Amino acid sequence: MEPKTKDLWVFIETYPDGSAQSVGLELLNPGRELAEKQGGKLVGLVIGHNTDAAVKAVQEHGADQVIVIDGEEYEHFTTDAYVNALYEVITKYAPTAMLIGATNNGRDVGPRLSSRLQTGLTADCTKLGYDDETGNIAWTRPAFGGNLMATILCPNHRPELGTVRPGVFKATEAEEGRTCEVIKEDIHVAPEDIRTRLIKEMKEDASEMVDLVGADVIVSGGRGVGGPEGYEPLQELADVLGGVVGASRAAVDAGWIAHSHQVGQTGKTVGPKLYIACGISGAIQHVAGMSSSDCIVAINKDEEAPIFDIADYGVVGDLFAVVPALTAEVKKIKGIA
Amino acid sequence: MNFLVCVKQVPDTTEIRIDPETNTLIRKGVPSIVNPFDGYALEMAARIKDARDDVKIVVVSMGPDQAKEALKNCLAVGGDEAYLVSGRKFGGSDTLATSYVLACAIKKIEEIEGKFDVIFCGKQAIDGDTAQVGPELAEHLGIPQITYGLTAEMTDDEIQVTRETEDGQEILGASFPCLVTATKPSFDPRLPKIKDKLAARKKEIHVLGEEDFDIDFTKCGLKGSPTNVKKTFVPPVKTGGEMITGETPEEVAANLAAALDKEGLL
Repeated sequence: MEPKTKDLWVFIETYPDGSAQSVGLELLNPGRELAEKQGGKLVGLVIGHNTDAAVKAVQEHGADQVIVIDGEEYEHFTTDAYVNALYEVITKYAPTAMLIGATNNGRDVGPRLSSRLQTGLTADCTKLGYDDETGNIAWTRPAFGGNLMATILCPNHRPELGTVRPGVFKATEAEEGRTCEVIKEDIHVAPEDIRTRLIKEMKEDASEMVDLVGADVIVSGGRGVGGPEGYEPLQELADVLGGVVGASRAAVDAGWIAHSHQVGQTGKTVGPKLYIACGISGAIQHVAGMSSSDCIVAINKDEEAPIFDIADYGVVGDLFAVVPALTAEVKKIKGIA
Repeated sequence: MNFLVCVKQVPDTTEIRIDPETNTLIRKGVPSIVNPFDGYALEMAARIKDARDDVKIVVVSMGPDQAKEALKNCLAVGGDEAYLVSGRKFGGSDTLATSYVLACAIKKIEEIEGKFDVIFCGKQAIDGDTAQVGPELAEHLGIPQITYGLTAEMTDDEIQVTRETEDGQEILGASFPCLVTATKPSFDPRLPKIKDKLAARKKEIHVLGEEDFDIDFTKCGLKGSPTNVKKTFVPPVKTGGEMITGETPEEVAANLAAALDKEGLL
């Protein structure tokens, strides 16, 4: 497809209540830089139902324009409704590129869309740049389970598409009351064109829900915590730090903690200010999910554990002695009785 | 019921090490395996086959001749027939080109094996980690898709898949034909029995070469791929980390807390 504009789009995935998922707002940040490089507008594309909150958030996070597709059929994600709507709006405006959050739904709809548009899509990017020489976006992503990074170009097809990992980029501070042009697109998908049906939804237990991606502090436990009760001292530390508890795949697979806590390649990708890895060896699959944390602390008995290679601060020792002592110290510093 | 399972032979990425001298991947001596997610896809199909007596499972792989080994492994754990799609012109394909080749090959295989009711794929291969070929293939074939499937059950007119979502799970139904991609379930796939392994050794692997089915060569291989790799590199190793020590855990904790406090992290 020949692009009609130099605009860069960011797909804003919404929740069923019509608010924006954080990854879309995060992507407006690198999107701004890419749009400027390309000399086009930064456009947020919102799809959902009762999307006023999302539209407001996109304006406050710095978009030049918002395009909204609102309808009942978009309340709960389906591949067919979303890909049909995306295809229609993209062929109408023909932007030069679009960033999509690499959520399960983003990675469901992204490739389907690229196949329909017959264009290139780069999966699960962790770095975005601009190749000045060729005028293409330089999409950088991990492969081989995080052992190798690859920079991908899409030179001859437009729009160029990429899914980008949640938690890698940070959203800019919202500018309250900021507005921009909002265009409503009346695009609807007929029920018979939606070929999957929702039979049942099972949300994770609210008590087990944890906002890993939005957390500033994560205290994470791996095989070294030894069992479900091993998470108690970690939770106490997380509480005094105002953080949440994460886990490695080994601990989740052992059934010690719910999957919603899992950090890593088959869990969430996180980028908190402080990540404290307790009894986690540092398998590349885990590191892939947390290496963009601002500060990494590793506490492990095994001084050879690879987690120390990426840690800013390392402690060789028994987490069951160090973690409660650290909790006590933090309380002292913060003046918590 | 006629099932197709798409599999890829991949290097076991958990065995991959970095050469500290050249900063490149050491692939030598790394075993080739069936992509684990494709193994979950095959297990998903095989469990439905266990529960019914009308299921045939065809397995297809695109790759070099050595990928026959992966197909033989699949024949030992539920696969009934196996096809290898192989040709120099297919080499260097990105995900869109790969899914196009597979779509063309599948149309040919359907002439021989009959129309497929469900196509199963792993959600992603552990070498490329893209998770794109499944949905791209579904689009090429014009059939609905359900991704991130954990388990699946079958009724007479629908497959019902438990799908992993960002905040839990959902059960989706799709009528036939459709495509399902599988993620890691809570159970391990079956291991081959010795007698099935021996039987699989003897089975023929059907090979589909470049000239064996209708395809537009301008849409495959390096030239037919919209994306290309500009460069690859080993992720930079963070250095300069500081080890915190002390005589007692309390002293260690105090030193660590002081360091974090200094950085404004508390």
